Amino acid sequence: MTAVLFQQVSRHFGAVRAVDSVDLAIAEGEFFAMLGPSGSGKTTCLRLMAGFEQPTGGHIEIFGETAEGVPPYRRNVNTVFQDYALFPHLSILENVAYGLMVKGVAKAERLKAAEEALAMVKLPGYGTRRPGQLSGGQRQRVALARALVNRPRVLLLDEPLGALDLKLREQMQEELKSLQKSLGITFVFVTHDQGEALSMADRIAVFSDGKIQQLGTPEDVYKRPKTRFVADFVGSSNVLPPDFVEGLGFGKHYASLRPEAIDLGDGPGRKQFSGRVTAASFLGAANRVTVEANGARVAAMLSASISVPAQGETITLSFLPQDLHMMDGTQ
Amino acid sequence: MRSDKNTSAPLGLKIAAGLGLAFLHLPILLIFLYAFTTEEKSYQFPPPGYTFKWFAAAWNRPDVWEAMGLSVRVASISTVVALVLGTLCAAAVSRTKFFGREAVSLLVILPIALPGIITGIALRSAFSFAEIPFSFWTIVLGHATFCVVVVYNNAVARFRRISGSLVEASADLGADSFQTFRYIILPNIGTALLAGGMLAFALSFDEVIVSTFTAGQQSTLPIWMLEELIRPRQRPVTNVVAMIVVLVTFLPILGAYYLTRDGDQVAGGGK
Amino acid sequence: MSTVSGTSILTGRQGLSGRLSDFFWRNPKILLLLMLTPPLLWLGVIYLGALFALLLQSFFSIDDFSGLINYEFTFATYKQLLIPSNFDIILRTVLMAVLVTLASAIIAFPIAYYAARYARGKWKVIFYLGVMLPLWSSYLVKIYAWKLILAKEGILTWFLAKLNLLWLLDAWLALPVVGGTSLSISYTGTFIVFIYVWMPFMILPIQASLERVQGNLIEASADLGGKPSQTFRYVLFPLALPGIIAGSIFTFSLTLGDYIIPQIIGSSRLFIGQAVYAQQGTAGNIPLAAAFSIVPIVIMGLYLWMAKRQGAFDAL
Repeated sequence: MTAVLFQQVSRHFGAVRAVDSVDLAIAEGEFFAMLGPSGSGKTTCLRLMAGFEQPTGGHIEIFGETAEGVPPYRRNVNTVFQDYALFPHLSILENVAYGLMVKGVAKAERLKAAEEALAMVKLPGYGTRRPGQLSGGQRQRVALARALVNRPRVLLLDEPLGALDLKLREQMQEELKSLQKSLGITFVFVTHDQGEALSMADRIAVFSDGKIQQLGTPEDVYKRPKTRFVADFVGSSNVLPPDFVEGLGFGKHYASLRPEAIDLGDGPGRKQFSGRVTAASFLGAANRVTVEANGARVAAMLSASISVPAQGETITLSFLPQDLHMMDGTQ
Repeated sequence: MRSDKNTSAPLGLKIAAGLGLAFLHLPILLIFLYAFTTEEKSYQFPPPGYTFKWFAAAWNRPDVWEAMGLSVRVASISTVVALVLGTLCAAAVSRTKFFGREAVSLLVILPIALPGIITGIALRSAFSFAEIPFSFWTIVLGHATFCVVVVYNNAVARFRRISGSLVEASADLGADSFQTFRYIILPNIGTALLAGGMLAFALSFDEVIVSTFTAGQQSTLPIWMLEELIRPRQRPVTNVVAMIVVLVTFLPILGAYYLTRDGDQVAGGGK
Repeated sequence: MSTVSGTSILTGRQGLSGRLSDFFWRNPKILLLLMLTPPLLWLGVIYLGALFALLLQSFFSIDDFSGLINYEFTFATYKQLLIPSNFDIILRTVLMAVLVTLASAIIAFPIAYYAARYARGKWKVIFYLGVMLPLWSSYLVKIYAWKLILAKEGILTWFLAKLNLLWLLDAWLALPVVGGTSLSISYTGTFIVFIYVWMPFMILPIQASLERVQGNLIEASADLGGKPSQTFRYVLFPLALPGIIAGSIFTFSLTLGDYIIPQIIGSSRLFIGQAVYAQQGTAGNIPLAAAFSIVPIVIMGLYLWMAKRQGAFDAL
């Protein structure tokens, strides 16, 4: 079943088109990422799902029911906020039980459910503390428990890991993923970190200028970017200009080529080109080399077993034709 | 201004700051001394002797009690009105952006920005124009008008500190607008409102300029004192009343400071 | 918590409050209107209405014979402001307000500077309350305290007598204009009490503007060879200026409109506030009282306009 459906949804703020005619279908039980730079419309899409914003055009359905005109408090959808938005005047347990309290669940029952939710996010016994006494990572878990205790049909996460340090972030990525699998709740999360989107999501929508540039699996988006923007934003693919691509015997289109698909020298069935080294650095596991070839700058990850080429040296590089991915547009 | 903590102030600055604070406080301390003087007819210093008898004399004065009672009632009602109006205004101004938002803030501040005598005479001529006789309510009307700003300032400062996502989080978790107000907004602005209310009370309790225009023949405690200042008749009783007024107004100030000390300052421009 | 079920749209709280909440959520403008109506009715209609009525009356005149108000539009009442005895009142008041403002700034600055730069922890609180308590304590009691101090038999005379400095007081009182038979019935007395009552309003904005100055700016100036006086002149004073202007809005406006202080402690010559009070009261000349009260409004309007251009409102 479709959990969230957007049909030609727009949200304009005056002349600013924050979200512009977006079509989207998120399946039930999916871990869905909305990826894009700030101002790309991903957060506004999330807010449209939560009900904090209303579309200026189009139609939104949540599990088949019309969502426009429905206030956030009447949607069985919960949000983990970027700044966590824990209520500072309530204890952790009261924070977690809040959703059940306003729905009129009896006190004993809701406190029990809140304790269980805290245990689920590995914070048992923290109920009596105040939000101010917790670390960033702990607050994040509380925000998660506070949302999940309501058993939402869709959980929205707004840059959930943005404020955490690297180590904590990697740990939480795994935990979120396993939590999502065990609960079976549809997760929709917003991020500007492509690594996070690629490692966690079942599918990714890449946003730019209020529109979805590409929607697909992490592998799709990473290996077969549809547009220059996606190739630029996701991963570190080379975007090759149409003339360069044509010169290698392909159609006159922009194309993307991942640096790790490029090797030094030539081989059978490979396409080769030569270029002058403009920068080279040793990264441990590989050497990263940038060459200038036919007016294009191409980055390549070369095996570390070969010594780093000198700057100014002309070298020959090659790749397998199936690794070259043609994109839309010739401009 | 943040500076390295181990520099100490130049001696001249220390003396100037100390003298300045002494200038502000010594006259008030003098009031306490005079409440105990045995001298009745003049302001002789040093007092020829000390006595507690004027406290009893003041206690037995029905006119003082009457004026005190009127002031307390006026201040209470004005505070309630100011709390309602000031909170509504603050909520409207800080929660939404609308055309004329600046004008609303200006309007709230105007009654204290303009000299009190202008507010007073404007209200008085409006009352006489509309043929409204002076009453308890004409005093309240004037007081509430300039008390709104104190509540408003405190409430706006606190609203600014409540992150917008708290209100959204509450709605997201299923609370309708009334529940969000009761469980999230009210507890978070409560102390600011209490502080604003205390300051409004102190402001109203002490107000004399507007009151002289809106009270008619009624006598609030400040009006009673003003008459004593112009035509001293019972100096010892006035001394005692002055001391009590100082003590009574200190309490709300200290209370308001205590309630708002972390973060926003008590709006000092509120008087 | 392993199953997910239920509907995506909750029924939520039913009944009146639920429906009302939905209504306000769909029509936020109606909620805004409902919130603004009571304060706007009170302040916008009653208060502003009264002010405009007052303004209007200043364009009427009073009939010299009958003493009744002549409801015809005229500038005659405003012309009366320019006759020497009335114009003197205006000049006297504005001059006093300027002097009080300057003196307040001078006395307030060291307190504000110390509180902003050197006071820490407990001392910060002491300074803050040390300013707030006098600021908020009773206006009349403060004036009363000075009546006690300045009285002939009061503490000031006693203190000067102890120091054998009474001749200094007598010499000062013998001066024209600022002197008089006693301090409590002289301009000097009025001036001191004005400063005392309004000066706290100057301290807080100066302190607020100095709090924003980085301490190392002072050190940078000293490091670059600035003498303390130069540091003050070129660094500290310009940075504190918005605060001083913000504070001066209070000291200036409050002095301009006050009628009680000069009435209790001062010579018999009138200030604007007293003139307004006398004209509307005993003289029954409401139009002239109204015209007099427009004067501080106009002066403050100009003053606020200039202060705004100096960025003083950020320091409030």
